[in-house]
Amino acid sequence: MAAMTNVLPAEATQAPGEEAAGSPRRAARRQRRGGLSRRWWGYLLLIAAGLAFILPLYVLVTTAFKSNADIYTWPMKWLPSELTWDNLVQAWELAPFGAFITNSVVVTAVGATVKVVLAVFTAYAFAFLPFPRKNLLFLVMLGALMVPGHVTLLVNYITIGNMGLINTYAGLILPGVASAFGTFLLRQHFLSLPSEVFEAAEVDGAGHLRKLFSFALPMSIPAIATVGLIAVIDEWNSFVWPLIITNSVNMRTLPIGLMYLKANDGLTSWGVLMSGTLIVVLPMLLVFLFAQRFIVTGLTGAAAGNGR
Amino acid sequence: MTLAASKAPDRVATSAVTRSSPAMRARRRRGHALFALFAFPNLLLIAVFAYWPIIQNMYLSLTSWDFISPEPFFVGWANYSALLSSESFLAVLRTTVVWVVVVVGISLVLGVLLAALFSMKLRGTTAVTGMVFAPHVISGAAIGAVWLFIFDPNYGLARIVFNAFGLDSPSWTTDAHWALIALLIVSIWKGVGFVAIVYLAAMQGLPSEVLEAARLDGATGFEVFTRIILPLLSPTTFFLVITQTIAAFQAFDLIAVMTGGGPASSTTTLSWFIYDQAFQRSNVGYSAAAGTIMFVVLMIITALQFRFVEKKVHY
Repeated sequence: MAAMTNVLPAEATQAPGEEAAGSPRRAARRQRRGGLSRRWWGYLLLIAAGLAFILPLYVLVTTAFKSNADIYTWPMKWLPSELTWDNLVQAWELAPFGAFITNSVVVTAVGATVKVVLAVFTAYAFAFLPFPRKNLLFLVMLGALMVPGHVTLLVNYITIGNMGLINTYAGLILPGVASAFGTFLLRQHFLSLPSEVFEAAEVDGAGHLRKLFSFALPMSIPAIATVGLIAVIDEWNSFVWPLIITNSVNMRTLPIGLMYLKANDGLTSWGVLMSGTLIVVLPMLLVFLFAQRFIVTGLTGAAAGNGR
Repeated sequence: MTLAASKAPDRVATSAVTRSSPAMRARRRRGHALFALFAFPNLLLIAVFAYWPIIQNMYLSLTSWDFISPEPFFVGWANYSALLSSESFLAVLRTTVVWVVVVVGISLVLGVLLAALFSMKLRGTTAVTGMVFAPHVISGAAIGAVWLFIFDPNYGLARIVFNAFGLDSPSWTTDAHWALIALLIVSIWKGVGFVAIVYLAAMQGLPSEVLEAARLDGATGFEVFTRIILPLLSPTTFFLVITQTIAAFQAFDLIAVMTGGGPASSTTTLSWFIYDQAFQRSNVGYSAAAGTIMFVVLMIITALQFRFVEKKVHY
């Protein structure tokens, strides 16, 4: 698993260093590749795969800005005859999207920040601080990765209820900020840092807080970015917990708001539902476009972690 | 803290002589306190929100409760015997097995084929890889909404496919024969990119000498793929089977948005049942019992993972 987390697909698909080194080998390989027809089949399949994944996105984006006349017609209109904001305006009238966006942003920002902070401090403790039976404690923490999240919903709902936090931001955020996978990833990273740096810092009289903030953190930006981005994606897309822990429309997050919109009007009005959907999809799509590298690395590793 | 650290040069000297000088012990105590300060908040949250629920869920599975009455009422194994003797719950288990087997099986087959395609390194591969992976980072609720429209029998994209064969598009999500199929398609669509990326990474790590040697011995591309690459990928396959199975058992948001477990319970999996019983019907005991069943099944699967991973699956 550890080996897998280290492979970046950007490198994987281009494999720059390896190929550049031996261009005669590359030529030989190309020759062996079985000629033109195989490459043609390859391109055909590649295009088919691309279409299967880009068409739904295309339908989403165009429908969000199509007029009803363009949506409710057959054969399907691939290009809208006019672009309109009506759907978006109507979505806003049917459901409090302003509140949904605020809630999602608050929950995502606070939840992801707290999760990263907890992961950083816990990882530093496990990497550099003494404690009796520390390794056993670490194993117990890792065990949490195996707990299926869906099984914890009922009792966590009761716990949050007993704390009086149902339908509050605190209740939305609290159970999700515990970090086992992020802690694991960062601890491994901290332990891989050159120990001479920390020894030198100690000789210079640096305490643990300085070692953490002036040395460990600056040398771990990519690892922390990975943990942070995964936390952002998890929080933004989180569905079942916000669904059960909030009970008033104004406390709903965007994914739940989408369901509310659909229940209110969506099934008969695809344009409205698609414009609402676009609001949910767009931020994460942008995050993905700009930080694909970190996200893929982290997520392939986080698969074992049930989102903790 | 700086005070203790400034003694660092001494410490090196003294520690060799006496392991537990008073200064050393004070320093270690301080280390323990700092560990507690740094790690305990997170560990407490894990204990409360990951471990405690499992224990308490098992207790609740032996009770009858509706969230409202003051105390859960102890009923022993009654919830389990009621569930396991009810035809509708057995149907839920069957649906869950179909769901898990189909989603995991097809995702893995398509995923490894996509990875093989991507590893041909044709022009444009990077872009397509991104497109195929993207649904993995998008909200399941949003994907469910988009596919509801695609499956619209009158105006959805799916109609094009059916019309091409001279057929009418079925009412996917409101017809009990089609709803599960619709959900399976979307679930595979959302998850296959992840499988492909993991396989691709593993393929890139295969020993190229072995593959070259096989080629030189006259093996065709197909033979190399089935006889050498696939067997070498078996640890990855095993990892994916386990993680995808665990994820498939807990699939929820697509079902919630697209079908709500219906029509006629045709898309009610164990995960929907757990939610539905607790939060729509207030049958806490049934939900907890179903949750415990899911927990036990997933623990068995995870235990299998550890058994086999240690043996390093290579056939």
